[in-house]
Amino acid sequence: MAGTATKPGRKTVDPATAELWRSWLRQMLLIRRFEEKAGEAYSLGKIGGFCHLYIGQEAVAVGTIASLRPDDYITASYREHGQALVRGISPRAVMAELFGKAAGCSGGKGGSMHLFDASRGFLGGHGIVGGHIPLTTGMAFAIKYRGTEQVAICYFGEAAVNNGAFHEALNMAALWKLPAIYICENNRYGMGTALERASAIYDISERACSYDMANEVVDGQDVIAVKAAMDRAVQRAREEKLPTLLEVRTYRFMGHSMSDPIHGHYRTKEEVEEQRKRDPIAVWSQRLIADGLMSEDDVKAMDKSVVEEIEDAYRFADEAPDPAPEMLFRDVYAPEAS
Amino acid sequence: MPTLTYRDALNQALREEMHRDESVFLMGEEVGVYQGAYKVSRGLLEEFGARRVVDTPITELGFAGVGVGAAMVGLRPVIEMMTFNFALLAVDQIVNSAAKMRYMSNGQVGVPMVVRGPGGAALQLAAQHSQAFESWYAHIPGLKVVMPATPADAKGLLKSAIRDDNPVIFIEGEMLYNTKGEVPEGEYTIPLGLADVKRPGTDVTLVCHSKTVAVALKAADQLAADGINAEVVDLRTIRPLDTATVLSSVARTHRCVVVEEGWGFAGVGAQVVDTIQREIFDELDAPVLRVTGAEVPMPYNKQLEKLAKADPAKVIAAVKQVLYVD
Repeated sequence: MAGTATKPGRKTVDPATAELWRSWLRQMLLIRRFEEKAGEAYSLGKIGGFCHLYIGQEAVAVGTIASLRPDDYITASYREHGQALVRGISPRAVMAELFGKAAGCSGGKGGSMHLFDASRGFLGGHGIVGGHIPLTTGMAFAIKYRGTEQVAICYFGEAAVNNGAFHEALNMAALWKLPAIYICENNRYGMGTALERASAIYDISERACSYDMANEVVDGQDVIAVKAAMDRAVQRAREEKLPTLLEVRTYRFMGHSMSDPIHGHYRTKEEVEEQRKRDPIAVWSQRLIADGLMSEDDVKAMDKSVVEEIEDAYRFADEAPDPAPEMLFRDVYAPEAS
Repeated sequence: MPTLTYRDALNQALREEMHRDESVFLMGEEVGVYQGAYKVSRGLLEEFGARRVVDTPITELGFAGVGVGAAMVGLRPVIEMMTFNFALLAVDQIVNSAAKMRYMSNGQVGVPMVVRGPGGAALQLAAQHSQAFESWYAHIPGLKVVMPATPADAKGLLKSAIRDDNPVIFIEGEMLYNTKGEVPEGEYTIPLGLADVKRPGTDVTLVCHSKTVAVALKAADQLAADGINAEVVDLRTIRPLDTATVLSSVARTHRCVVVEEGWGFAGVGAQVVDTIQREIFDELDAPVLRVTGAEVPMPYNKQLEKLAKADPAKVIAAVKQVLYVD
């Protein structure tokens, strides 16, 4: 696995950086505790439909979004709770959306797979594998059209690179030199199909060669490595106006969705346990402790405050009202211009 | 009033809207350097430049998705499909992305995009290039479907479609591009969702759209020789459907034949007939009949192709049936 930028034991970090690094740990903990609570709520029948958890991949959302500006555009697949939280959609609004409540970030009409907050440039969780990748190319096209300094980024799993939407979208982004970043979260499995059983080549980043596009592989369990790789991609997009395919190697600790067992027939319990040894939250908290930026008690206190925030979000979502019946027909079409 | 071809009326609408609104751009296969596969975009590259008249690779799914993404962040794409047969590759983007975005996002993100190009059969283009798909798109909440039959309607409706804040499927007719008619100059828009009585009549209502308007008018001319006075109602917009105009016509004539180019099964006409029987059952003096394309993939052979298409003779036969005359 390429590109670990972590050098444990370094002590000289300025206070602002230390604060930033601690905030990354808090964001990762926020995702973890949120997802655990969502899993619990799903089991209780409070969340319906499909629910795809992000546990194990937290460093990807945190490390990549840390490089962005507030006016950048984000699209994601249906495994997008983590990105939504890191982008600043409140745990209350995300949990309420999972519960299908009116206070949810999509008014209870999107659900787990369709989180939106246009005010934060968070332009959807999308439910068709690969289908949202061309949308990001379109947003990057709009950025170039208007001549702004924004970038458009897209999250998808490694299974999406085998479909036509990925190929078509990346070809046009490279052809037209668009400020887009395609983030492939390679968590090794498309549902229950291992990468090696679905893709003729195993190195996803090599796909970029087909489009003469910049590419990089990064360890997705190491938040600071992810951040560094993303910084390079963002600079390439914002300053050179060129796209990047960023392959982030990570691992999904849970099943594909809440309907699935953690390992099932397609991977062994031992494999999952082995991967859990590189839990991105443990990796990062140990680094902060080793660097003297936090104590173990500090980490515990941070976790406790996160748990309280998630408990609050859960209560809020549980008690929030359903959308009014008249919302059924709202927003199918734009309101008639007056 | 100047006389223009349907093609030039569309060209004029595009040019005027691109001048009016900087956020409007045209994208598709061969729209620029080649001047459009059917020359609808003639001269636009020279006038507006490659930033706003964008040639794409042959990648319908991809550039339809690019249009959706650009529209989600405020541009107004006009996406040209060389034909709607090829748009099948883009149906995921049109149905799953464009049509759903506003609803899934609780009204936060709209998709003001036009997908336009020719639909239906031309001459001897065979099975994969001769299909009318309006009923597919009309089935989808969130989409509007517009199908102009005349040069004036083409201009007025395209301008409205481009200004509409919803995804609009704008299906032209390959066989209509050379047809001529008077077209108002300058600002001329027709609201989406309004049918148009192309010929007033008293004895029977012919409901039609796009290419079958000419079929219905020709049938009406021949019926007039037999003393039968047919009213021709051009739907112009399939969704939203102008049921009021259809119902008021049928309530006066008491008889109706619906004519469409596409296959009959689950077609546009099925929706029209459903509306008529539900709303004004007691006004009907005969069952509503339909003239549609034959339920076959379009054959290449000229004679077989003719048999597969709706034509004036089939319309006249249906009219005589609903009037109980020979």
